Amino acid sequence: MESLTAIIVGVLVAASVYLMLAPSFLRFLFGLILLSNAANLVIFASGRMTEGAPALVPEGASAPTGVVGNALPQALVLTAIVIGFGLLAFTLALAFEAYRRLRTLETEEMREAEPVEGGEETRA
Amino acid sequence: MSWLLVFPIAIPFATAVLAYLWRNGAEGKWISLAGSIGSLIASGLLMSAVLREGVIAGQMSNWDAPFGITLVADYLSAVMVVITAITGLATAIYAMGEIEARLERLGYHALFQVLIAGVTGAFLTGDLFNLYVWFEVMLIASFGLLVLGGSKAQLDAGIKYVALNLISTLVFLSGIGLLYGLTGTLNMADLRGAVAAVENQGLVTVIAMMFMVGFGVKAAVFPLFFWLPASYHTPSFAVSAVFAGLLTKVGVYALMRMFTLVFVGDVGFTHEILIWVSVLTMVTGVLGAAAQTDFRKILSFHIISQIGYMTLGLALFTPLALMGGVFYLVHHIIVKANLFLVAGVAQKLTGDTDLNRIGGLYKSSPWLAALFIVPAFSLAGFPPLSGFWAKYLIVMASIELQAWVITFFALLVGLLTIFSMTKIWGMAFWKPHPDGIEPVPERIPAAVRIPMMIPIVGLAAMTVGIGLFPEPFVQFAEVSAAQLLSPTDYVDTVLGVRGMAP
Repeated sequence: MESLTAIIVGVLVAASVYLMLAPSFLRFLFGLILLSNAANLVIFASGRMTEGAPALVPEGASAPTGVVGNALPQALVLTAIVIGFGLLAFTLALAFEAYRRLRTLETEEMREAEPVEGGEETRA
Repeated sequence: MSWLLVFPIAIPFATAVLAYLWRNGAEGKWISLAGSIGSLIASGLLMSAVLREGVIAGQMSNWDAPFGITLVADYLSAVMVVITAITGLATAIYAMGEIEARLERLGYHALFQVLIAGVTGAFLTGDLFNLYVWFEVMLIASFGLLVLGGSKAQLDAGIKYVALNLISTLVFLSGIGLLYGLTGTLNMADLRGAVAAVENQGLVTVIAMMFMVGFGVKAAVFPLFFWLPASYHTPSFAVSAVFAGLLTKVGVYALMRMFTLVFVGDVGFTHEILIWVSVLTMVTGVLGAAAQTDFRKILSFHIISQIGYMTLGLALFTPLALMGGVFYLVHHIIVKANLFLVAGVAQKLTGDTDLNRIGGLYKSSPWLAALFIVPAFSLAGFPPLSGFWAKYLIVMASIELQAWVITFFALLVGLLTIFSMTKIWGMAFWKPHPDGIEPVPERIPAAVRIPMMIPIVGLAAMTVGIGLFPEPFVQFAEVSAAQLLSPTDYVDTVLGVRGMAP
């Protein structure tokens, strides 16, 4: 189970790096989504995988008996998913607004904040 | 006891809610001001408690460490919280003059207070995953502030800023996951023992490098700083001042905390890398600044070069160096925020921030010129201003280690900093305005000018004050460095070995 998760993480990271190297910001954003999922899987796997042992406390007892799954990484992943979702939604909205105003999402052409070298030199 | 730790975070959040509800009227800015004063009082109380007790910790919801979330303040955390509140108050006053009603209606004050809450939370937390959450709070607020107003340059800058910061967050998050897998704990004090007990120290070093990259992007060290000069010159001046003062310093603080408390197993490797990263940061930052002709772009590159000094203090890893690092951190926040505030007034007076298109400030507004000189020369390290003592401590530490190459670069970068500052001085202040405008102070209406000048005067007075009476601050930094280098008090207080109020 762990090795399968490790392979999935590897594939996700590889795909996300490939997407992030693309010149379009939208592709970069998709890469970011994959990377965020890879990070979540890493946390999930680092809590160790336990099959079919939910962290439930039997009735009448005050602590779970026997081996149970680690609930903490799941709580962490849940938090990370929520935060990641918010951030990615913002980034998508930002990308949309940028496309609407700048008429491009090619990162090479986005030079509003940092005008091309030479433009400043000629003014000097 | 634990309430003292909660107030500096809770007050800005409450203020944010109120400021959002009243964002359409004139009340918003006053609510923001009142909240900032409240934060300053709360952080002052926290500071006095820390001075009394050394380290204080509080377990949230009474879940004992290492299971629950711990808030903890030692000398370094306390001083960072106080300086955050001071910067917050200064920019809140400044914003009363600068920020237009249009931006207020979009929720400027609420976002600003959330940013302050996020920064304060990051300084106070004693839990690694909680630190990630505070980073995100800070990040989302800074995204909003950066693009608020929505000019083309801001959107472009926003894309670059968001993209690089999100990658760093994900690297940091993966690092947390792997570290948890290795040690089974997320409490920073508990991690110190747990990490030392790990058999395969090679894995720890790999994770340490992930943290170094994650925090390094936040702190804007070489070669991870490209988001900073791409974005800091685009938002309103109050925003860029608070960004310049605080955001990168959170990264430096996180580096200082993790690489003194947790990752100290292989100092010869990790801190050696950090030394050369710091030197390259200092040099590339200052050379980048030399090539710029925009007021704010020059200042942005100088943030990077100064970050190098702070991480150098950490990297040299001697008591004197860390002391210098802490002193530098505090001094730099005040000075850098102030320089951006001055840039804002200069822009309002002359109509631009491009140094080729402005001028005449010295003749028409000599007071502003005097107030620029103080932080600018402090940044370059002129005695008797605060920057001199900060640089002195770092350079002394490198001489003590007989690291002559580092000493040489630390002094060289100081010299090049003067070059940039004199460039701003010569072009913005001395030469006449190219369009023949006389930038007299009366060009800004008094209702805008007065709130913009109050924080500049206040922060400049603090710079001079620290410079003339450095003794208590140096002593404070010394204790702080001692706490960082042997964090037994920190660990014992958090884990409840030493008697602690629940």
